Amino acid sequence: MQLSPDTNVIASWGPWTLSATIVFTWLTIAVLVGFSLWLGRGLSAEGIPSHVQSIVETIVEEICQQIEDVTQQDPTLYLPFVGSLFLFIVTANILTIIPGFEPPTGSLSTTVALSICVFFAVPIYGIGHLGLRRYLLSYLKPTPLMLPFQIIGEFSRTVALAMRLFGNIMSGSLITAILLSIVPFFIPALMQAMGLVFGVIQAYVFAVLSLVYISSAASISDESRGYSPVKKTGAPP
Amino acid sequence: MSDLALIGIASIAGAAFTMAVGSIGPALGEGWAVARALGALAQQPDKANVITRTLFVGLAMVESTAIYCLVVAMVLIFVNPFWIYFKGL
Repeated sequence: MQLSPDTNVIASWGPWTLSATIVFTWLTIAVLVGFSLWLGRGLSAEGIPSHVQSIVETIVEEICQQIEDVTQQDPTLYLPFVGSLFLFIVTANILTIIPGFEPPTGSLSTTVALSICVFFAVPIYGIGHLGLRRYLLSYLKPTPLMLPFQIIGEFSRTVALAMRLFGNIMSGSLITAILLSIVPFFIPALMQAMGLVFGVIQAYVFAVLSLVYISSAASISDESRGYSPVKKTGAPP
Repeated sequence: MSDLALIGIASIAGAAFTMAVGSIGPALGEGWAVARALGALAQQPDKANVITRTLFVGLAMVESTAIYCLVVAMVLIFVNPFWIYFKGL
């Protein structure tokens, strides 16, 4: 039994091996890029948009809305990064309905790569917003004593982000594989369906968490990150 | 008993124990979070969007401890480094 598609080597040339993870990642990228190219050719701003364009516009608007709800900022800033993360993970997880497709997110290498992107995006967005000096000073914010914990937190949440996605997707496909050897007919299909739901939820969670990390680094005003009194937002109903 | 058998026993028992103990805390925590979220939904149905989103994100964070346990258990059973080391000798 294999734990991840990493060990499933499709081809190898000398020291280079082509694992199933890479192939299925390419496949996911190809699906996304091909669909975007095909759609981009027929986009129209006036008149009645085509059905596919309406669906995609709805998806993008929903993502924008979610980003705005979470960050309370202009969503166009975060849409390219967080939106692509979400779309990639969702596509990778949903394509598992094709028999033989192993989700690339079920391999630790893919999820670590994604979360390293988030790890670097946090200071990039933070410095872009606040400038280098204020961003670095924000690490000392509550008190300088907390600096080691802030730094540990940066790393541990990156690891946690990768582990969470990997564990969820990997356990989903593993449970299906184990059940397939015990009750080979009906239950695995149900578990597969549940795996689809979990795949979408995990993609959402990954995107929202990375959005929270990025926007919390990018929107540090002078009093936040440290203790700040709860803002009153209108009287409770 | 050979080293290999001892390692096998220890890893399987360790994996079982990891899952058993490690899933108690997240299960209790998730149940509590869902219960509170349902209460909040009943009190403020018009805030359902915010509550559901926060619930999902929170559940995922709570669940990650259980997922770590699962990963450790899987490593112990399927790709145990000590097993591989002794078997390779």
